[in-house]
Amino acid sequence: MGTLARIRQSYILYSFVRDWVAITCFIVVCILILISFLSPFIAPHNPYESASINVMNAETPPMWMEGGSSEFILGTDSQGRDLFSTLLFGMRISIIIGCCAVILQAFLGVIIGLVSGYIGGRLDSFLMRMADVQLSFSTMMVAIFLGAIFQAAFGVAMYERFAVVLLVFIIGLAEWPQYARTVRASVLAEKQKEYVEAARVIGLNSARIMLRHILPNTLSPVLVISTVQVANAIMSEAALSFLGLGMPVTRPSLGSLINSGFEFIFSGSWWITLFPGIFLVLLILVINLLGDWLRDVLNPKLYKG
Amino acid sequence: MNDKKPLLEVNNLIKHFDISGGVLDRLTLEKMRIRMKKTVVHALNDVSFSIFQGETFSVVGESGCGKSTLGRAIVRLYPIDKGSIYYCGDRIDTKDSRAMLPYRSKMQMVFQDPYASLNPRMKVEQTLMEPMLFHNPSMSMGEARDNVAAVMEQVGVDPGWASRYPHEFSGGQRQRISIARALMVEPEFIIADEPISALDVSIQAQILNLFMDAQDDRGLTYLFITHDLSVVKHISTRVAVMYLGTICELAHKAPLFAHPRHPYTQALLSAIPILGFRKSRHIRLKGEVPTPIELPSGCVFHKRCPFAFERCFNEVPKLSERDSGTFVACHGVEEGKI
Repeated sequence: MGTLARIRQSYILYSFVRDWVAITCFIVVCILILISFLSPFIAPHNPYESASINVMNAETPPMWMEGGSSEFILGTDSQGRDLFSTLLFGMRISIIIGCCAVILQAFLGVIIGLVSGYIGGRLDSFLMRMADVQLSFSTMMVAIFLGAIFQAAFGVAMYERFAVVLLVFIIGLAEWPQYARTVRASVLAEKQKEYVEAARVIGLNSARIMLRHILPNTLSPVLVISTVQVANAIMSEAALSFLGLGMPVTRPSLGSLINSGFEFIFSGSWWITLFPGIFLVLLILVINLLGDWLRDVLNPKLYKG
Repeated sequence: MNDKKPLLEVNNLIKHFDISGGVLDRLTLEKMRIRMKKTVVHALNDVSFSIFQGETFSVVGESGCGKSTLGRAIVRLYPIDKGSIYYCGDRIDTKDSRAMLPYRSKMQMVFQDPYASLNPRMKVEQTLMEPMLFHNPSMSMGEARDNVAAVMEQVGVDPGWASRYPHEFSGGQRQRISIARALMVEPEFIIADEPISALDVSIQAQILNLFMDAQDDRGLTYLFITHDLSVVKHISTRVAVMYLGTICELAHKAPLFAHPRHPYTQALLSAIPILGFRKSRHIRLKGEVPTPIELPSGCVFHKRCPFAFERCFNEVPKLSERDSGTFVACHGVEEGKI
């Protein structure tokens, strides 16, 4: 049986084509990711190129409103950048930060969870108490703290250069206990099973048993929380940017765009805040709905009433 | 048989499980004093026996008597507390995992639950190849595939199914694959931990025959752990009867079934249902098996033994030879009262 045939016969595909919510969400996610990653080619303007920005165009309303221009579909922001283009570039940054932060979280969390669950004993207690401590600080607090220290130590210019990497690290380090706990719980269940004992009787070492035998059997909950965590990470990034601790205004993400438009919302330029907001909500909503669907599929014991 | 050197020798094996839990669970108030209480399950208490080349050594007993613990302690899935285990004269219970490797390919284990003993994310071929390639790293892929096909053929699973996943097989077929995995490293000695009790009765006979055929072909030695007395009668050379973590009787199959000596063995064997007899010869024991957390003093069986006398309450009986090859741990038998 080929891989393609197996995918065609799989239960995931079966339930996917019968769930219009999942299909819609999947299409929307794909479109959002596609347009944001193709933004250098499809965006009408390049918001990073300061030469093409004209301050005279600042706060142009969307094209269908009075005073709008067909050059700027969704209007412009306070610096005269085309809002639609800026939004696409910003969404790309948001998605990159979200995904990389989740990869970092998953990497740390899966390793810590595996070791903690498999080896057990004092090491397990130590790692899990560390996770508790980590969880007792909110992500925001850790992020504000680290961000402020970095800005104070290396200056704002340096911060703006490394903002993406720094945000990935902050969000990644703040949320690893989610993964560690989930993986540890699955490992505790799996390591009781006889196939693990059979592997020990063969004489395989612990690392190989953990990676080859236990890890593949703990991945389905990891997959499910990954989707939710991507949405969470994008939201954290947006929140930090909104507070001015995330992406700088010169390279705005969705959150910093919302923030930059916030001052102008009462002067009538509502579009600078509203459109990035709509895209952020849409992105997070569809990712979460996909995550819910995936959870239902991978856990057949959980029937929807 | 006793003049031969034993393949496996177990001496005074003791295994306790600490189930007292965390610090907070252990704190108890006793006579206005806070004390740390330790709760220990006495799974194996001073178990000794030898297994000889080519025999099938069965261990029987009811649930919780420590038979599975015994098997797992021998392959070192559980560390032992006291005692020693010798394989071909080499002490293996003190070896580190690297020094243990050559013995890993000589001793293999077949597990009870065929639904849990195969990794659900590995194809049959991967499951079977892993132990072989691990112990023979120089083997080529083609050679490994041929070996897998040969062993699958031998255990009665079509080699064409090698690229399937375990969930595509029935319980009996999975148990065949488990046996194949154990055979992949060409072991001398296999510990079978209730290998047929999770199967349908019609499949049980097939799997038993598979075990016996493999023994004939490869000269295997078995430690067969089971609670099914008719299975014991069918395949064993010698039988050890266990009760609460101790061996109470160890004998060749025929004398054990014909003349059980220990009162517990007598009661156990009388429980085999026999077709056609209206009147049961069943010896009814009073009470229940005591918990292995607080073992009875003296003989572990004295609370339920119809013959118990004073010595049984205080003194732990030793397993001693009665007739040739029959060992009994009972004061009554020793003094000729039973």
